[in-house]
Amino acid sequence: MSQFKEKAKILNAEEVKRILQRLTHQILESSPALTDIVLVGIETRGVYLAKRIQAIFKETENVDIPLGTLDITLYRDDLTTVGVKPQVKETKIDFDLTDKTVVLIDDVLFTGRTIRAALDELMDFGRPKIVTLLVLVDRGHRELPIRADFVGKNIPTSKNETVEVRLSELDGIDEVAIGEKVLGTNGHESGADFHE
Amino acid sequence: MRKSNSINWTKKDLLDLENLSKEEIELILQTAASFKEISTREVKKVPALRGKTVVNLFYEPSTRTRISFEVAAKRLSADVINISTETSSVRKGETLIDTGKNIEALKVDIIIMRHNYSGAAVMLARQLKASVVNAGDGWHEHPTQALLDMFTLREKLGRLEGLNVSIVGDIAHSRVARSNIWGLTKLGAHVTVCAPKILIPPSIEQTGVRVTHNIEEALAGADAINVLRMQFERDSAKSFPSQLEYFKTFGITKERLKSAKKDIIVMHPGPINRGIEMSSDVADGENSVILEQVTNGIAVRMAVLFLVAQANDYIKTKK
Repeated sequence: MSQFKEKAKILNAEEVKRILQRLTHQILESSPALTDIVLVGIETRGVYLAKRIQAIFKETENVDIPLGTLDITLYRDDLTTVGVKPQVKETKIDFDLTDKTVVLIDDVLFTGRTIRAALDELMDFGRPKIVTLLVLVDRGHRELPIRADFVGKNIPTSKNETVEVRLSELDGIDEVAIGEKVLGTNGHESGADFHE
Repeated sequence: MRKSNSINWTKKDLLDLENLSKEEIELILQTAASFKEISTREVKKVPALRGKTVVNLFYEPSTRTRISFEVAAKRLSADVINISTETSSVRKGETLIDTGKNIEALKVDIIIMRHNYSGAAVMLARQLKASVVNAGDGWHEHPTQALLDMFTLREKLGRLEGLNVSIVGDIAHSRVARSNIWGLTKLGAHVTVCAPKILIPPSIEQTGVRVTHNIEEALAGADAINVLRMQFERDSAKSFPSQLEYFKTFGITKERLKSAKKDIIVMHPGPINRGIEMSSDVADGENSVILEQVTNGIAVRMAVLFLVAQANDYIKTKK
């Protein structure tokens, strides 16, 4: 198991909150009809971000935006190299995607491979009109022609650095930190997140 | 960071439940739970095993298990080849190991095998680098059937620990019973086996099960009853005089269920002999989960194929 050696905090709880409010308003601004918007969070932290954005929609516009979750484990292109801990989490989209504007939500955008997998999986559920991408952090180093439509914060990183998004629902605190991954004894990373 | 509570799956094969840990069994059931949803999608397919080749090698006739494995493999995007030994070179006297090595030489990734000899899957798995999944070997084990029974029970009752599960039928000749006993006892359920004396294997109590020869006793207090198929065309016939007599003494009827818990779960691995192991009104009644078992079998087998394929890929990359 690898360990995270922290170098600096990038965002605190207040900043995360403000960013999510701003991003919600950007979604509103860019969408012609509120009724067409659906949110789809990518497991794990993307789901919690999506839930918060859903709550902000409710608070500011008093609308219930449908929310789905996507686990991309089975659509990964590196199943054989991530090691033997495939943790398949829940995919749940119990509404029709056809002709909807899907806002795909993840915590960190890095190589773009998670998003490639998520797009493939999404298309197996239906044919949305538009798919947009929202991320809390864009750390660069894309390996595929993918970009985000709504970005919380751009954080330039080097390839061997890593960005950790911590959310109170899972980690007890809202913050984003940058650090380095120190490889442990068995030398391979674990978990379902590409970008960590 | 939240620590994941899962353990690693490191085995290239699934051969039995006897040699799996409680945690490994739980990992399969947990993985199966997340695979179940895939079969309800509009596109019932995920690319997890794309490019993998799976062979169904069946030395005994089977419809449901083979099709269930085939559906499971296809929903994971694997390519599936069915080999029935009736029409293969096994007829010409080829040994099991030779057949296995030839299949492996075709760069097959997973061999799902049913064989009439106990231990056949273990023997093949030792000889091959490909994954082997036991789809039933002799009287030994039928691990995926027990896993799907356990999955169904857990889905219905929310847990396995502390449940009273009775297995009724030809225990002596049943690999389904054996696998269920191993799996259920490991996960903390209390197992009762019920059959005529001659169909109970000697010293089965050592596995931690309760033995009874009285069907009312098996039903009393049971949360679930797993009714095995009487194989009158095979082993069971030698041990019991008539089908009607079996039904009278051990068959599950509406009448008999009155003495059981109201919401007792009735399971059967199929195919059912209506009027021998149970009456039709029980098989089709509200306590029966028989068809749900079939549906759950796909999710469980998807989980098994996925886990062994992953582990084997990882073993190969390390070498």
